[in-house]
Amino acid sequence: MKLEYTPQELMVVAAAREIADGEVVFVGMRLPLLAFGLAKRTHAPTAIGLFENGLVRDRVPPPDLYTMSDAPNVADAAWATGLLEVMQVLQRGDVHLGFIGGAEVDRFGNINTNLIGSREHPQVKLPGSGGGADIACLAQRLVSLMEHEPRRLRARVDFITSPGYGDGSPEWRARQGLVRGGPSALITTLGVLRFDPLTREACLASFHPFTSPQAVQAATGWPLRLAEECSPTPAPTVDELRLIREADPHGFWTR
Amino acid sequence: MVFLTTDHRPLTPAKRLSLAEAVERFVPDGASIAMGMALESLIPFAAGHELIRQRRRDLELIGPISDMLFDQLIGAGCVRRITAAWVGNVSAGLGHNYRRAVEQGVPGPLELEEHSNFSVGLGLQAAAMGVPYLPTRTLLGSDLARHNPRIRPAEPGLLHVGAIRPDVAILHVQRTDTAGHAHCWGNFGLMREAGLAAERVIVVAEEIVETDVILSDPNRILLPPHRVAAVVHAVGGAHPSPVQGYYGRDHAHFGEYHQASRQREGFLGWLREWVLDVPDRAAYLARLGARFDALRPSAPRLAAAVDYA
Repeated sequence: MKLEYTPQELMVVAAAREIADGEVVFVGMRLPLLAFGLAKRTHAPTAIGLFENGLVRDRVPPPDLYTMSDAPNVADAAWATGLLEVMQVLQRGDVHLGFIGGAEVDRFGNINTNLIGSREHPQVKLPGSGGGADIACLAQRLVSLMEHEPRRLRARVDFITSPGYGDGSPEWRARQGLVRGGPSALITTLGVLRFDPLTREACLASFHPFTSPQAVQAATGWPLRLAEECSPTPAPTVDELRLIREADPHGFWTR
Repeated sequence: MVFLTTDHRPLTPAKRLSLAEAVERFVPDGASIAMGMALESLIPFAAGHELIRQRRRDLELIGPISDMLFDQLIGAGCVRRITAAWVGNVSAGLGHNYRRAVEQGVPGPLELEEHSNFSVGLGLQAAAMGVPYLPTRTLLGSDLARHNPRIRPAEPGLLHVGAIRPDVAILHVQRTDTAGHAHCWGNFGLMREAGLAAERVIVVAEEIVETDVILSDPNRILLPPHRVAAVVHAVGGAHPSPVQGYYGRDHAHFGEYHQASRQREGFLGWLREWVLDVPDRAAYLARLGARFDALRPSAPRLAAAVDYA
């Protein structure tokens, strides 16, 4: 039987697989929230989730959340506190993995959520960092999620909101003074990109089963290299799809 | 009028005002205002709408993320400057009025001081502590630090975030007494830091209760009472954002605003319907009708009692 699923559902599954059991995860909203819940209900039952509004959860998030501050996410939280407390935990290095989204990303994993165009005359004013820049600077690993289009995956971004590996030169993050971290994966609607340990360049690690490496390359704003072991992204299982649809019953984020 | 304890010594002067009085007295043109500090919940929409009705101008709005309220004040022409980490609509992403102001200068130009959530919090915390700045490891390598004059390079591996001292913090809570002992629960975001950093605090509450109710659970009190300048009773004052234990988030309202505000004309129509033609929050709730009641929790979810004996 052929499984039917959306690219967003596959992204949730791919993001959940980035979470190891026992890890402290800076969660955020939308697809990462669903990924956190899926990981907790499958392979990572003891993962802990941090939310920048001041919540920590070690129970599975309730279904049908639109924002992290919806009442059901607060009820039975493991800690209800403030933003600075959660950011302190992040800054001291407790967070293994952070998730963020963005408007555009470049080949070295730098993310822009501030503006398209120039600062003086922006073509599009984007909402801004929120906690994204903090997560990108301070988490041990960063996974970002994005729609895969040439205008979103660009050779260079117009503004670095959330730093990845900068210009890709050796030790760029250390030279900025950053003590840890950096992008480990970029999960898109077409594939999963990972960063070459030497060149720090994003390469295609897997392409989603409904597309091809060539199609992913054509939708990327730089000459995208294929990783040596580039293969199809494993499709969601029946159980994974069921769990995602229980968490997002109206398909608000995944349809 | 003074509040009396059982032994008849004055405790703290009563501070109760109507929302219109509180805005008139404590939020002049040009004021800097911290609002929406809990992030997606407890957003003081009623107070924001009163600012619009009283035609405040040249305001500076301060916040971490700001879900829709900043966009409304910008579109209404009340705002000169934004100091924030994110301005938009959490349900839909972009804020159309914010975009029009920055991209086209409509209805007026906007000065931006762009932050991350952590750097806004550190700036408020510095002011709360009475120090000029706090060091941090966030924003190293980010263009936000390069373009924000309040964030300065320091010794290697650290940035200094300068103090952010709002003129006023407007904080929505579940319940308070008239002296400003306020109970708040759920996620706090930056409410406590803003309340300690601001020159004055206006507390807007779903319920006004007896002082004994509040003092029976002092760990749940948001701020020391001397910080609070005014106490306002506004049922539904945070709608369409949620208030833990009182009402849930009205997601559809955020979506409807996003659609209506896509064009300037549509926004002005929305503003008339929900702000300008509505004298106060009671009239706003009457306009919402049964839709507001449907947001009430279907069953209580009480915490276990604690014993302070």
